[in-house]
Amino acid sequence: MAETEGVRRRDFINIAAVSAAGVAGIGIVVPLVSQMSASADVLAASSTEIDISAIQPGQAIKAVFRKQPVFVRNLTPKEIAEANAVDASSLRDPQTLEERTKEGKENWLITMGVCTHLGCVPLGAGEGEVKGEFGGYFCPCHGSSYDTAARIRKGPAPKNLEVPDYTFSSDTVVKIG
Amino acid sequence: MSFPWVKHYTPAHPFMKWMDDRLPIPRLVYNAVGGGYEVPRNLNYFWNFGFLAGLCLVLQIVTGIVMAMHYAANTAVAFDTIEMTVRDVNWGWLMRYAHANGASAFFVVIYIHIFRGFYYGSYKAPREMVWLLGVVIFLLMMATAFMGYVLPWGQMSFWGAKVITGLFGAIPFVGEPLQQWLLGGFAPDNAALNRFFSLHYLLPFVILGVVILHIWALHIPGSSNPTGVEVKSSSDTVPFYPFYVAKDGWAIGVFAILFAIAVFYFPNALGHPDNYIPANPMSTPAHIVPEWYFWPFYAILRAFTQDFFFIPAKLMGVLAMFGAILVWFFLPWLDKSPVRSGGYRPLYRKFFFFGLIPAMAVLFYCGGAPAAEPYVMFSQLAALYYFAHFLIIIPVVSAIEKPLPLPFSITEAVLGKDDEAQLSVPAAPASAV
Repeated sequence: MAETEGVRRRDFINIAAVSAAGVAGIGIVVPLVSQMSASADVLAASSTEIDISAIQPGQAIKAVFRKQPVFVRNLTPKEIAEANAVDASSLRDPQTLEERTKEGKENWLITMGVCTHLGCVPLGAGEGEVKGEFGGYFCPCHGSSYDTAARIRKGPAPKNLEVPDYTFSSDTVVKIG
Repeated sequence: MSFPWVKHYTPAHPFMKWMDDRLPIPRLVYNAVGGGYEVPRNLNYFWNFGFLAGLCLVLQIVTGIVMAMHYAANTAVAFDTIEMTVRDVNWGWLMRYAHANGASAFFVVIYIHIFRGFYYGSYKAPREMVWLLGVVIFLLMMATAFMGYVLPWGQMSFWGAKVITGLFGAIPFVGEPLQQWLLGGFAPDNAALNRFFSLHYLLPFVILGVVILHIWALHIPGSSNPTGVEVKSSSDTVPFYPFYVAKDGWAIGVFAILFAIAVFYFPNALGHPDNYIPANPMSTPAHIVPEWYFWPFYAILRAFTQDFFFIPAKLMGVLAMFGAILVWFFLPWLDKSPVRSGGYRPLYRKFFFFGLIPAMAVLFYCGGAPAAEPYVMFSQLAALYYFAHFLIIIPVVSAIEKPLPLPFSITEAVLGKDDEAQLSVPAAPASAV
């Protein structure tokens, strides 16, 4: 008899029906959740070329990358010396200036202009803006101070300003993304 | 609650009888807010704020639907559609300012309502579920208000959205993908604005649903009262209609006068001038603060400036900010005192007036102040007290406190004597034996 041989008919139907409903449920939830992720057009706008020829030592510019600001800063020898004078291992997010710049281009500090705390744009890239007590950037929202290598030195931010992927297309043009 | 002396709904007109047999909505209304709901006779004016909160919700839904008729959730035009609503749409200025100030009014009312609950122990058994649903409503209100503030797409809108979604970025491992999923991009943009509009329209109706549950849960035990003594006899209560309908009507009058003063004379007093500058993703305003009703919690967020062992300061601030509200969920079990009302709890009352209230005031002030000393230190001290109040002081006080003698009944508290209940008391234990 079918009743006595292993799986019973009713149990099989019950498990099969619940499993099918579960799979269908997942199939419905996945598109509903996934539609909220960044769309293709948002992801497509993901590289930017910047002409850096006009940036003098000690100056910086704000460019746009993925609808967010990017800081391109031409460090002075004094700022480079200040950054290198710090023992990197003593920092909250230990990195040297060398690790945050391209070889032979240590004066070009290219970082996202997005505070790693809650995403405000730090001050210090524009003409006449406060640079904070470590001479780099200062976030006015919650008081995070970054040094001349844009490393977090004081305040609530957990990380250094992010260095995006970039390459020097030539001596005067940087391609970000 | 159906006390034995509750009057029952009796439809008089034949049509009402016909209706009562098919869809008894008039009966539901009669039992919820009519003569069929018996309420303690001694409620003070703090008990008007639940009704006022409901009024604010209706006000926000009505003005909000009107605003949505003139608004377009697109980053290119959102700012302009709000300005055009104010300048060009007939009565648009009234709708816009009533909606914006209505949010503030809603929070004023709800904070008084919540602190009424704190003082009078409204969260205690058997009303825990009323309290828990109330905390859920408060969280939903905060989410709704935040997303509504983003919609005009001014500078404060944009940077508020960036900072608040940045909170989710603090969560380990999943934070950054979660933030991008919430925003639909790397920074707030059109995708984020559209979904915020969609949810800002949806959530008030979710709130309405939870409010119905809140009232339903309240009507099982019935309303609490300033003595915290449960209802004992018919002389302790009066029917909601006409007594509390009249009293709530008086509260509407006072509320309407104050609200009209705000809308007509100070429509922007609680706003930020920066939000009249269109959103600029390249430049953060010098001093970004949320709306005033978030200040106490924003101060707690900013109070954490040092890493706490292995937990980064940023995550710690976020956890503390959410924890400051989530701790309310545990309040009915943290406070073990059998006496509800702060009026009969001398020690609890001292900590309420000289501890919790000043701490909230300091957090409120510091949340709106710049992120600098001495405000950070004050927020740290106040945040410390805030958590100590709920997690240490309330449990300890409820264990060691000697409460004042409670009145025998609500009637005795009001009249000084309670003849009816005194007579009936000896009978109750006798019949129970």
